[in-house]
Amino acid sequence: MTKETSIERHTIAVLVDNEAGVLARVIGLFSGRGYNIESLTVAEVDQAEHTSRITIVTVGTPMVIEQIKAQLERLVPVHKVVDLSVDAPGIEREMAMVKVAGTGEKRVEALRLADAFRARVIDTTHTSFVFEVTGTPAKIDAFIGLMRPLGLVDVSRTGVVAIARGPEAM
Amino acid sequence: MATPQEMSGAEIVIKALIDQGVDTIFGYPGGAVLPIYDALFHQNKIKHVLVRHEQGAVHAAEGYARSTGKPGVVLVTSGPGATNAVTGLTDALMDSIPIVCLTGQVATHLIGTDAFQECDTVGITRPCTKHNWLVNSAKELTRVMHEAFYVATHGRPGPVVIDIPKDVQFQKAEYVGPQNVVHKTYRPKIKGDIEAIKKAVDLIAGAKKPIFYTGGGIINSGPLASQLLRDFVRMTGYPITSTLMGLGAYPASDKQWLGMLGMHGTYEANNAMHDCDVMINIGARFDDRVTGRIDAFSPNSKKIHVDIDASSINKVVHVDVGIVGDAAHVLEDMIRIWKAKVAKPDKAALASWWAQIEAWRARKSLGFKNSDDIIKPQHAVQRLYELTKSRDTYITTEVGQHQMWAAQHYHFEKPNHWMTSGGLGTMGYGLPAAVGVQIAHPDALVIDIAGEASVQMTMQEISTAVQFMLPIKIFILNNEYMGMVRQWQQLLHGGRYSHSYSDALPDFVKLAEAYGAVGIRAEKPSELDGKIMEMINVKAPVIFDCRVDQLENCFPMIPSGAAHNEMILGDDADAPTVTEAGKMLV
Repeated sequence: MTKETSIERHTIAVLVDNEAGVLARVIGLFSGRGYNIESLTVAEVDQAEHTSRITIVTVGTPMVIEQIKAQLERLVPVHKVVDLSVDAPGIEREMAMVKVAGTGEKRVEALRLADAFRARVIDTTHTSFVFEVTGTPAKIDAFIGLMRPLGLVDVSRTGVVAIARGPEAM
Repeated sequence: MATPQEMSGAEIVIKALIDQGVDTIFGYPGGAVLPIYDALFHQNKIKHVLVRHEQGAVHAAEGYARSTGKPGVVLVTSGPGATNAVTGLTDALMDSIPIVCLTGQVATHLIGTDAFQECDTVGITRPCTKHNWLVNSAKELTRVMHEAFYVATHGRPGPVVIDIPKDVQFQKAEYVGPQNVVHKTYRPKIKGDIEAIKKAVDLIAGAKKPIFYTGGGIINSGPLASQLLRDFVRMTGYPITSTLMGLGAYPASDKQWLGMLGMHGTYEANNAMHDCDVMINIGARFDDRVTGRIDAFSPNSKKIHVDIDASSINKVVHVDVGIVGDAAHVLEDMIRIWKAKVAKPDKAALASWWAQIEAWRARKSLGFKNSDDIIKPQHAVQRLYELTKSRDTYITTEVGQHQMWAAQHYHFEKPNHWMTSGGLGTMGYGLPAAVGVQIAHPDALVIDIAGEASVQMTMQEISTAVQFMLPIKIFILNNEYMGMVRQWQQLLHGGRYSHSYSDALPDFVKLAEAYGAVGIRAEKPSELDGKIMEMINVKAPVIFDCRVDQLENCFPMIPSGAAHNEMILGDDADAPTVTEAGKMLV
């Protein structure tokens, strides 16, 4: 490798044919070649066309990022690869469900902070809440950090989904 | 009621193979492919070559593919049939060889139950194929069969696997011809970007110390690419070297040819790579066996890289002009642009560059001290070359010292005549590959230049050669060592020869006879020519036990972790310059 050592974070959208094993191919590519996956999400986006969209957040040197995109592009069932950090600047969102257990002052504080983060209460008991919070990964990190001393017991995150700004399709 | 075009899955497989122009398949039957074997029994268009181990089937198909330019086809059963094929598939993936491998699978309702001879074939072969399919119903089978041939042979070629459950082989479905199947996503780029090609031609025309560095991509592109390469190289008057995989694309007898480059390449090729100002890489991939220490690799050159696989460009070496496209198409454009701009290379600069190259060439880096008492392995390859060069000869090899000596001392004038395991380095490749080559070229002389250790890994395929009356010649440079391992132990590990001695060797002459082949042994330089002629004239498979100097090392050599201009030559071999960091490298 060259001397480039600057590590960049990239969000890459991959449109794939929704055939058996396609996710394993993508994941196998990353593990087999030693690339990082910070987050990966996948779901079918067009039932008629049988296409799924995979959003991958990865980190690496510019040379490695270029390699990752080229390697993804040469997978046979891949329709398209777009780097939403370069080719088409994108918007990112993630959703999390955050369970907080407690009573008294801590419970009130949790609810107050949730309100500030526009988190919704989607389940409650006398001793717990489940919050639904949406935003950038950094916002979710911040919310989880604030909940920790207030009785955080469980977190489930979707991972990042992203889309390009403007009128163009992928 | 079955319509006239409706047939069983097994019949669809055979019909699709015939429609794809397949005349030969290499295989081994088993429970999960019995319906396909039954369909084979009922036809006479496809010849089936029964191997003795599934790895041999894939290597034979590779030999067939590399010597013909057509895809090789393999048929094996589920479970161990598929897992035995994995080494061959990985070999084909690393060397970009088009292979279509059909594997049987347990019936669909048994998948996932750990049934007898079940394994997750698509899971196991996913990282060692270009693509693979598990066929869930006979309805999908035609499409998958035709897609598989398309994927294996288009873009950068490679192996594909079609996993066919046994019940699917019995199911009835409609057959569709290949012309009616279009792949949904896969459209590899064939034509290079014309602006990039213009930029490349400008660089080439302005070079003062240029070099062509070409690889297997030329061979894979087809004979036209080799022809265009010859035209372009002669037009420029520039020197050319090639990787192990690319030998034969440019004639070795030509004066612009510098020999192979890399770890055991020539002194002139490696020094020219190091000192050049413009490097023209066509169809090679900056493999670590070629580049040596990457941060000292050709430090002052502008680099042009033509490759059909975009992921090869800027993978290990950053290049100035990357061109994604097929070698023949790009060369065609390059020649057209070169002619249009009436490019005239700098004659004075080129003359002094050639003078420098001739000075390097004068070192005669492939030289060795010959002997009257003991056969030197290099001498054996040289004699083999001299005695076979006027014939239609194909050479395969195993992996190790003998492979490098073959690459150094056997000279190729034409593409598709040299079959060796480059990327994966698979010991045991050469014998089954020779079987595949001989099947494709029944009248040619097919020689596996082998080592006594490698050849024992797939020795059983000599039985295939005997069964099919394939007069392949297994020319063993027998030094009673895993020679390359021993050489590295000598140079890097203080001469501690840990488990590299080939103990308890068979008597290869008797072994040949036991198989119904012919055994020949040569022990003295004086008898070598006569014995080689005897081998050539025997119309049967031959195992030739050539007893050579046990401790000969393969030079020149770039020690691991060193740069191109830090080669060890044969005459200063006692001073290895391997660093501690270099030892860590393979």
